[in-house]
Amino acid sequence: MTLIDLANPTRFLTLTARILPWLVGATAILLAIGLYQSAMAPDDYQQGATVKIMFIHVPNAWLSMFVWSVMSVAALGTLVWRHPLADVAAKTAAPIGAAFTFLALVTGSLWGRPMWGTYWEWDARLTSVLILFLMYLGLMALWRAVEDPSRAARAAAVLTLVGAINIPIIKFSVDWWNTLHQPASVFRMGGSTLDKAFLWPLLVMALAFSLLFVTLHLAAMRNEILRRRVRSLQMMQASRIAFTNDVGTGSREPTAPNEIGAA
Amino acid sequence: MSLGPYAPFIVTSYALVAAVVLLLIVWIVADYRRQQARLRELEASGVTRRSGRSAGDVR
Repeated sequence: MTLIDLANPTRFLTLTARILPWLVGATAILLAIGLYQSAMAPDDYQQGATVKIMFIHVPNAWLSMFVWSVMSVAALGTLVWRHPLADVAAKTAAPIGAAFTFLALVTGSLWGRPMWGTYWEWDARLTSVLILFLMYLGLMALWRAVEDPSRAARAAAVLTLVGAINIPIIKFSVDWWNTLHQPASVFRMGGSTLDKAFLWPLLVMALAFSLLFVTLHLAAMRNEILRRRVRSLQMMQASRIAFTNDVGTGSREPTAPNEIGAA
Repeated sequence: MSLGPYAPFIVTSYALVAAVVLLLIVWIVADYRRQQARLRELEASGVTRRSGRSAGDVR
């Protein structure tokens, strides 16, 4: 099966039905391993046991940016290639991305209180992530506000691409400005500064959360395709009723075909 | 495993992540069941796709 085959929603659903159980299993196993490693990780000499919050905060923070990047690629798919599943992918990723961003903000806050002495600071990293969270909510509101799905898709795609400017700002905010938030310590020039006792649990948790995102996203995309089929069938049903009424009142012009295509 | 004096912060963090992830899973599973039920209802009322296949059929 090639990538172009996935443009067909029915083929996409077939593939999803096959791989979702495997993804669920792999995610559960990796999460269990990651949680065990996180529990067994030693205390940090400065942070103490609060270092354990990092094992869930960092994956959520990475995913908050990754999900918006996925949505940006999907937005290009909507605007440039008009891929039938691009809008479905972007729309269904938004609530999951919003959840990850919310968790990154709250777990960061819960780590900041004992370590920094404050839950919140209006520094560049924290503020730019808060803006990302608000942009997720704005996009979700936009999709709900515009009734025509194709118009909503185009508007949301433009907004997503404009919002993508925030991703490098978040990533490099700790380098460009003097922030309370520490600079990158895992993916950086010269290698990670983390000890392996912390690095491995973090990487396993990051992989587990990434798999969790893929699993939830595919499942949510499957739901959205079914929702669009429901909408098509409902429109078809409404048209039939209107046609029947027209025939009943003497009108000769049919208002709808009898069948619809695949959603 | 001792979490020290900051245990409430650590436990709250993990509990919150678990709750939100669980909420996402429940929401997605419930949504899937809802869409399947609506499709079955519509097909029972005689509305069909051009392909003649069931709208919920993924094979």
